[in-house]
Formats: sequence, C-alpha cells, structure tokens
Amino acid sequence: MKRFAQLLELLALTPSRNRKIVALTQYFAETPDPDRGFALAVLTGALTFRNVKPALLKDIVLAEVDPTLFAMSYDYVGDLGETIALIWPHHGEQSDLPSLTDLIELFNTTSKSELPKLIASLLTRAGINERWALVKLATGALRIGLSARLAKTALAEMSGKDLQEIEEVWHGLKLPYLDLFAWLDGKADRPDIDQSARFHPLMLSNPIDEEKDLAKLVPKDFSAEWKWDGIRVQLVLGGGTVSLFSRTGDDIATAFPDIVDNVSGLAVLDGELLVGKNFEPGSFNDLQQRLNKKVASAKHLKESPAFIRVYDMLFDGRQDVRALDWTQRRARLEAWMAANPQTRLDLSEVLPFGDWDDLARMRRQGADEYGHEGVMIKLRSSPYVPGRPKGYWFKWKRDPNVVDAVLMYAQRGHGKRSSFYSDYTFGVWKGNEIVPIGKAYFGFTDEELKLLDKWVRANTIQSFGPVREVKKELVFEVAFDSAQQSTRHKSGVALRFPRINRIRWDKPASEAGTLEDMAVFVAAS
Amino acid sequence: MLLDRNLHIRAIDAFIDPSTPKARAIVTHGHADHARSGHGAVLATPDTIAIMKVRYGEDCAGSFEPLEFGVPRQIDDVTITLYPAGHVLGSAQVLIEQDGQRVVVTGDYKRLADRTAQPYELVKCDLLVTEATFGLPVFQHPHPSVEIGRLLKSVADQPERCHLVGSYALGKAQRVIGLLRDAGWDEPIYLHGAMIRLCELYQELGVELGDLRPATGTVKAEMAGQIVIAPPSAIRDRWSRRFPDPVVCQASGWMSVKQRARQALVELPLVISDHCDWGELRQTIMETEAKTVWVTHGREDALVYWCRQQGLQAEPLNIQGFEDDGGEGEE
Repeated sequence: MKRFAQLLELLALTPSRNRKIVALTQYFAETPDPDRGFALAVLTGALTFRNVKPALLKDIVLAEVDPTLFAMSYDYVGDLGETIALIWPHHGEQSDLPSLTDLIELFNTTSKSELPKLIASLLTRAGINERWALVKLATGALRIGLSARLAKTALAEMSGKDLQEIEEVWHGLKLPYLDLFAWLDGKADRPDIDQSARFHPLMLSNPIDEEKDLAKLVPKDFSAEWKWDGIRVQLVLGGGTVSLFSRTGDDIATAFPDIVDNVSGLAVLDGELLVGKNFEPGSFNDLQQRLNKKVASAKHLKESPAFIRVYDMLFDGRQDVRALDWTQRRARLEAWMAANPQTRLDLSEVLPFGDWDDLARMRRQGADEYGHEGVMIKLRSSPYVPGRPKGYWFKWKRDPNVVDAVLMYAQRGHGKRSSFYSDYTFGVWKGNEIVPIGKAYFGFTDEELKLLDKWVRANTIQSFGPVREVKKELVFEVAFDSAQQSTRHKSGVALRFPRINRIRWDKPASEAGTLEDMAVFVAAS
Repeated sequence: MLLDRNLHIRAIDAFIDPSTPKARAIVTHGHADHARSGHGAVLATPDTIAIMKVRYGEDCAGSFEPLEFGVPRQIDDVTITLYPAGHVLGSAQVLIEQDGQRVVVTGDYKRLADRTAQPYELVKCDLLVTEATFGLPVFQHPHPSVEIGRLLKSVADQPERCHLVGSYALGKAQRVIGLLRDAGWDEPIYLHGAMIRLCELYQELGVELGDLRPATGTVKAEMAGQIVIAPPSAIRDRWSRRFPDPVVCQASGWMSVKQRARQALVELPLVISDHCDWGELRQTIMETEAKTVWVTHGREDALVYWCRQQGLQAEPLNIQGFEDDGGEGEE
C-alpha cells in the first residue's frame, strides 16, 4: 500500500503529464500481479465497494471527532477524503498497511457491522500519506487530476502496444486484469474478449474555423447533419446481446433499459442518445435527469423514453466496415435499418445543401427555430478512424447566446479552488430586483480569479456558510448555448452550458440584461 | 480590563502589534503583519528591533526601547515582560501585569524546538490572547526532520533537477537552512536576493547557517542537484527559469492540505510550520491555566468553540489589519 500511496501522491502533485506517465509506467513495471491490476482499477475508476462509501467513512470519523469541528474543517479543506485523512485523531504504532489486494479483499468481505472497526484501526495504523491514499481508495473519489486515458496511455508506453488496441479490449476485461498484463508483458496474446462486450473507440470531430477552413473545403465533398443535443453512444448489437457505451467507453446499459430491451440485430452503431416521445427530442435537462440515475426509474421511463438517432455504422453484421468510406457506410446503415425495423432507433437525416452560405443559413434557422446546436459536416470519402483525425468530421456550432448578468452570490470552490470564491451565481433584472438565472464556475485566468476573489471579499453583504452574498454591482458577460423554462429557479429560466465570457468591470449593473431579454432565448428552444 | 480588544493597554496608551502608526507600540516580532514602520516609540526585543531596521530602515520608528527576554519593565503602574515565543528570531510573548492581574499576548508562537529562534517559554496568566493560524483539527504537523528527509530524498532521487524551496524571507528561510544543516547537507545553499540580508543578520546575531551564496548569477547547468531558497512568489515565476527543470517545493504549515499544494502548483510540499498545530494550541491554553481566552489571527471559530466546550470564557477578536479569512499570511 505504501508504494501505491506514493504513486497517488506523485500523480496528484506532479504537473507534468510526461512525468505522470513515467511514474505510472514504473509502477506497473515494478508491481506484481494482482496488485498492479487493482491499482489500475482504482486509477481508472473501475472499482467500487458495495459497503464502503463516503458516508460510512464520515460516520466513522464523526464517532471520534466533534461534528462542529469536523464541519468547520471540511469547509476549510474542501475535500471530504482529505479532511478525514487530516483530522483522524488517533495515531498508533505506525506499521505498513496490507497490500492493495488484501485491502480490497478486506473491504469486500468484511461484514457491514465489522467495517467501522476495521477501517478505524487501519486509519490509526497508517502514516499520514497512506491514510490519505486509504481514504481516497475507500471513498472512490481520487480527485488527483488523472484521466483513465492517461493510465491506459502509460500501459501503451510500457508495452509498446497501440493505445487503441488497449481501449478496444478494455471493457471486456475482468479485474485484476491478469490477461491484460500478460499480453502487455509479451507473455500471451491479446485477451480474446467477447465481441459483444467490445467497445470500439469513437471517431470525433474538430470544430470548424469559419475563416480558415470553409474556403478550402469543397461543399459537394461533404454531407451535413444536425448536431444533436444528446450524448454520443455506441450500441453494440451481438445478435441476442446488447451493450451500450458512452463516448468514453463507460457501460451505461443499466440506465437505459428502454433501449437495451427493445433493440435487436447484429451490428455496431454510432449515434446520439436522446430522450423524448415519438422520436421528438426533449430538452437536455430531461436527458440529464436520466443520466443522473444509474438505474432508470419507472417515472422516467414513461415520461422521458430514450432513443438513439443513428448516424454511422462500424460493423455490419460481423463485418468490420470502418475502412469503407462514409458514403458506403451510410448506404449500408440505411439498408440495415430497413431490414431490421426498430422502435428505439431512427436515422439522423442527411441535410441537402448547396454551398456553405446555404448551410450557414440552415444552421442559423435550425438554431433559431428548433434550438439545434449546430451542424456536423462529414467528408464523404472518410473512413471511420478512431480518435480525432484532422480533415474528416467537423462540428459547426451555432453562435452562443450572450447576456450581461449581475453577480449575486459567490461560493468557494472545492479542492483546487478551495481558497478562492470561484463559483458564481448571477442574475438579471426583473423589475427592480435581480433574479438568479444560473451559476458558473471560474473561467478566467489566475490573475482575474484573484481580482474577483478580492472583489467578492470586499463587497460581501452577508455570508451563509460558504456562500457570500455580494453587492449587486459587478457585471459578467455570460455566454450560453440555450435557455429553457425552469421551475427550479426563481426567474423561471435555466441556462444550458453557461460560461463567463468576461468580467465587465466597466459596466454598471443598471445596464445588465432583463428577464424580458431572456424570453427571446427561451422561445427559440 | 487591563487590555482592550484591539490589544490596546489603556493605562499606558500602548498598542501591541498595531497595524497603523501609533505613538507607542509593543512589537512581538518582525513579520510584516505585526511589525510596521512609522510608530513613535517601539518596545521590542533587541533581535526584533534589528530585524525591523533591516526591513524598514534605521529610522522606521521615532525611537526604540530594546527589552531583553525575562526582564520586567515598569511603566507607570503596569509591568511589561517579554518571553520567548519560539516563532522566529527575537519573537516574544508579551506579559502585562497590573494589580496582580496577568495578561499574556502570545503573538505568533510555536512549541517545537528550533535553533533559529529562542525557545518558547510557558507563561501562566489569567487572560490569554492566542493566535490561531492553524486553529483547526486538520492541522497536525509532522516533525520537521521527516519533511527535510523527504526533501533530501527527492534531491538524491532527481540529481538532474534543481530544488527550489519557497520559504518566507524572515524565519522560515533560516529555519529550513538550519534544518538542512542539521540533517547533514553541507553543500552551499543558494539564496534569492530577498533572502540575503536577513540571513546575514541571523548569522551576525549568532545563528549558524553555513555556506550561503546568491542564486543570481549562477550557471544553469551547475545548479542541478542544488537547493535554492526563494520567496514563495518567486518559485513559480519567471525567476525560476534560470534553474534546470526546477522542482517547486514549499515549506509551510498550509502544505499539509494536498489540494492546496496542487492549487499552488507545488510539486513537493514540505509541512514545516512556525506556528502551533491544533494539539499544541490546546495544550498551551490548558497549561497557561487562563480562565479567559481571546483568539485572534487565523481560524478563530474552531478554537473558540473548543475553549467554550472546556468551560473557558472565550471569544474571537477581529482585529483590523490581520489576515482575512482564507488568507494565508506570513508564516
């Protein structure tokens, strides 16, 4: 466990991506099975415990520490796991903790009633760094700024294998990845996993630069579709088995039984998961509600049924069609859809257009009248290439909406920003009062954040715990993708993807936007 | 009351560590949030006076009244005695006595031995005014030798890199150097320009710091494997580019919170504090046998809450000029 704790600390504190990869590579090369496999699972978020949860850890600490002092400390530190590790008041004879493998075994096999005693004794035995790692392990919230992709990249570096080869088998693998490491070490073939469980890395698009790109691209070489406002998914139909993956390869089947139980055939399809009745996409909010639940509720299934708007095909039957060009894949996709009637799948329509100006008009109209996010432009001759290849797929998002809003409340960020007031609630005028329309995190340079933090401290009217209400004097230019009606906000408006474009130090609050201004945006979506 | 809540001793019209110029000031130690220029008369230890003159100039106060540790000074019917606070060289606690009543203002203090500061002495009193910089139970400082060991291991493991240790110029820098020497580091230690004069002063006042050299003007390649001490503001700034692949370290009690260290882009946090941790603050309060405790300078709420749980009278002082909440001042 000591070695793993050191690795976690290094990953948390080393800013250099390369040094992180080196540290991971060294760790995987030096650490025996099955410890390194479990470590990989922890680092990629693939490990959860049935009975060890943040709430349990908190209860264990609150049995030893005054709740008020704990609350004050948590407010200061900002990270639950780190607060627990730092505040634990008992320090026994320090001795090495069990290995990662043994710890995980202990967490999984100890009865619910015995767990508090076990964890308390581990916390007491551990040195400060191991205690920190232990709590991170137990709560499952690492927050060390490491992506699963970086861990896989390190595996690729260590073994000289291709990252995509690793990603392809990743989701069919079982803890503690003995067959994966055997392959990476060159001692076995690549794990032969069930085709139906295999995730195929997605092809991604690049944002288009209207000035530079469009002049160079020939319109007739490209097809266009609406850019749908849902989540990208891959549906793997195994002829009897069904897997549903998010764009990062997470298995999200349990959240969408309405899709998984109602699709059939043999193919791997790429599309957008949306919610709404009769293939009419609802708002992203509705989808968000469903994404928040790991298991769908009956109410959601009825009110917000999910469907997939399909736009590409990776496997037709058992045949890999990724090397074919888009036109051929599209033809096969259309033929497959005709031959396999589906109640939860439909085709993403191809938009006929003349030149780029013509498409620009459609993009604007689509945004104004239907709230479309923009259009996708795909080179007709492009194969399906995992990753973000240049020159094949482009996203052409509509221009963001902008409103000038007044800062109302500021809250300290958690973790990295925990000494700064970096979460902001802002609002617009409704008659003589300002009503909140949204909240956004810090999106500025460190210099601006410091200035803003100082302004918040100097202009506080009152504090509610970690939240400060400020004088209604500072104006933000807030950009957002769309606005929707909402019963959750006093203003009745909720923004999608709000971000703070800039701080308008120069603009008086009296000139900020009004709720009437917002009505235009709501009507458009 | 002998002492007002703004640390004003009414009977002799003197303020302790005032943030604005006063006719008469008692200064506990040389850090900028305690010692300011422009007072009429300053009473302080000789070391603190020497530090103030280096930082603010020879004539930074109308007059100086040096007072050695443990020597009572009678002013009208009030007696002032300074006791070592163990925070930085010359740092003092102020004991104020009148009609058998004893009040102690700790200034900043630590209990742990530190050969660059006179060792803390416990002073019993009726009213204790204590700092609370690390007044939360999450602050449990490790022993500094452990932290210096981590620094030296990192230097040994990465000989191609230069270690830049962010430390405040007064106190922390000299303490880190002293700890490095005690751990057997005999190489020259390189200093940012802002450190040099105060390190020289420490040496003049009898604190051994070994071979110190200016970091400016060194050859980049020759700084691999070396240790440089610089103010926290310089270690991530352009100034640091003159060193080979620097490891950004910072020596501070705040560094126990890893998320803080990440936020400050510190690669090697060293938890070396010149203040009491939570345990030492509580220990001190109990040992002084004070019945009333005023808490200032830091996270007052938690310590006040704890004192009241112990049946003590306690309240926070909100003194102008001391750090704002969340601010992390000189250490």
